[in-house]
Amino acid sequence: MRRGWKNIATWIGAVIVGLAAFCALFAPFLVPHDPFTQDLGKRLLVPFWMDGTDPQHLLGTDQLGRDYLARLIYGCRISMMIGVTVTIVSGVIGITMGVLGGFIGGRVDDIVLFAITTRLSLPVVLVALAVVGLLGSSMTILMITLGLLLWERFAVVARSTTMQVRNLDFVAAAWCAGCSRFRILAGEVLPNIASHLVVVATLEIALAILLEAALSFLGLGVPPPLPSWGLMIAEAKDYMFFSPWVIMIPGVCLFVLVLGINLLGDGLRDTFGARTDP
Amino acid sequence: MLRFLIRRIVVALLVAATVMTLAFVMTRLSGDLATSIAGPNATQADIDAIRKAYGLDQPVIAQFLDWVSRATMGDLGDSFFFKKRVSSLIGERMPVTLTLGLTGLMIALVVSLPLGILAAVKENTAFDRAVQVVALLGQAMPSFWLGLILMIVFGLQLGWLPISGTDSWQSFIMPGVVLAFSAIPALTRLTRAGMIQAMGSDYIRTARAKGLSRASILLKHALRNAAIPVVAIAAVQLGFMLGGSIVIEQVFALHGVGFLAWESIAKNDFPVVQAVVLVLAVIYVGLTMLADMLNALLDPRLRSA
Repeated sequence: MRRGWKNIATWIGAVIVGLAAFCALFAPFLVPHDPFTQDLGKRLLVPFWMDGTDPQHLLGTDQLGRDYLARLIYGCRISMMIGVTVTIVSGVIGITMGVLGGFIGGRVDDIVLFAITTRLSLPVVLVALAVVGLLGSSMTILMITLGLLLWERFAVVARSTTMQVRNLDFVAAAWCAGCSRFRILAGEVLPNIASHLVVVATLEIALAILLEAALSFLGLGVPPPLPSWGLMIAEAKDYMFFSPWVIMIPGVCLFVLVLGINLLGDGLRDTFGARTDP
Repeated sequence: MLRFLIRRIVVALLVAATVMTLAFVMTRLSGDLATSIAGPNATQADIDAIRKAYGLDQPVIAQFLDWVSRATMGDLGDSFFFKKRVSSLIGERMPVTLTLGLTGLMIALVVSLPLGILAAVKENTAFDRAVQVVALLGQAMPSFWLGLILMIVFGLQLGWLPISGTDSWQSFIMPGVVLAFSAIPALTRLTRAGMIQAMGSDYIRTARAKGLSRASILLKHALRNAAIPVVAIAAVQLGFMLGGSIVIEQVFALHGVGFLAWESIAKNDFPVVQAVVLVLAVIYVGLTMLADMLNALLDPRLRSA
């Protein structure tokens, strides 16, 4: 019973993530209109479930008359791109640090632990805002900044799992067989902690997407006129009391995507029996 | 216990020193600060004047040593925009952020402790699963969006709560709820896991064998042990909340430290930005240290760590 319930949740997550990935990859072929074309004569058209809708624009238009559905699909592309890129950057940093700390131990491990403690003490949103504010907002700067800030969960999990694997018999056997340190790390340790890291990666993608939306909402994330969901909510904020759907639609998309990724991550965790808590 | 304490304090000081350095480096990332402060229409003379006035004509190392030596003594410099001492600015804004953070933490604890305990008692029932679903939903909720929705529903349509400002205690309810949302999933899961572990332990079996009442077993014996990790995480969560309140302060126009930082970033007021980063980091370090010590007091087994 419990197993079945969990399976359904994982599948729901997988379907959501799959749909989002599809939208992200094929955005230019899916959109009914160009997401940047403004039409001031058709501002704030209502979506299809309300009265007085325009069949040309299924989800209505924004305050500049841009097609909402097209902007949503491109927004999905931006969210996925940021989520994946940030996770790759932070994964490389965090896994390297965690594996080295866990494998070598001693001084190296002390330094890694100290770096994790320091990173946790930094207020992420504030630091990211300050860096983007000083360097100017662009997708690249945003992705690098978040990547440099979000590695700590990778490091924590890579470190603790490496410590467990390090003492297992097959690693001792590899030492005896005369394998080099690098060979043991790459050939024995990494494959055995990979499942844990995949789970962390899914959670990290979700976190990066939420953070990007928050930063864009505050005006220091993805620069306009790019259709980031966070930015769409910020731009629509002035109209939300009269037409609440302008913030509902991108917000629900953001919520559903992050939920989907988390469901998939939880499912993977159960399948692999992985640990992600520090 | 003393060795444990000293070790923690040394690490905390090192972290503070590192953050001090990082905050300095961060604000110098843009290259020429004087040019960015002066703005696009400034003349060369303006830029030179600004450079001189703010000590930016000194070598970077001298600026760094100046910042470190002053900040260590509690002098965080002057704000360019507000023309005030940074420390008094932060002092003025801190009560709002602290009120918000503590309100958020209270709401989070009030919601997640009972939920976690009940989920543990009713492990693997529909209730338990419902609690886990709620935790998942909470985790996926974008806080700024939740804030806007609450504003529409409770502020505009129902008219129960003020939409922005800090005039009354009611103003802190909606932001507090939004802030609590970020902590509820973690706190609930931890309480549940701690209770399940405690309920399976030998001393609970002993208590049951003695014929103690169910309430007494749950609240006196199990909860006390399950509370240890929760106390630690609650302190850490408060640190995260103070750092993360910047988004919520912006949504609800609460003029706290986060709002101050946001204004200062927009105005290139770097002494304020680096000071807020440092202050929030120091508070976080202090809270984690407090959590460690509370844990050590509650559980003697941890003292040797």
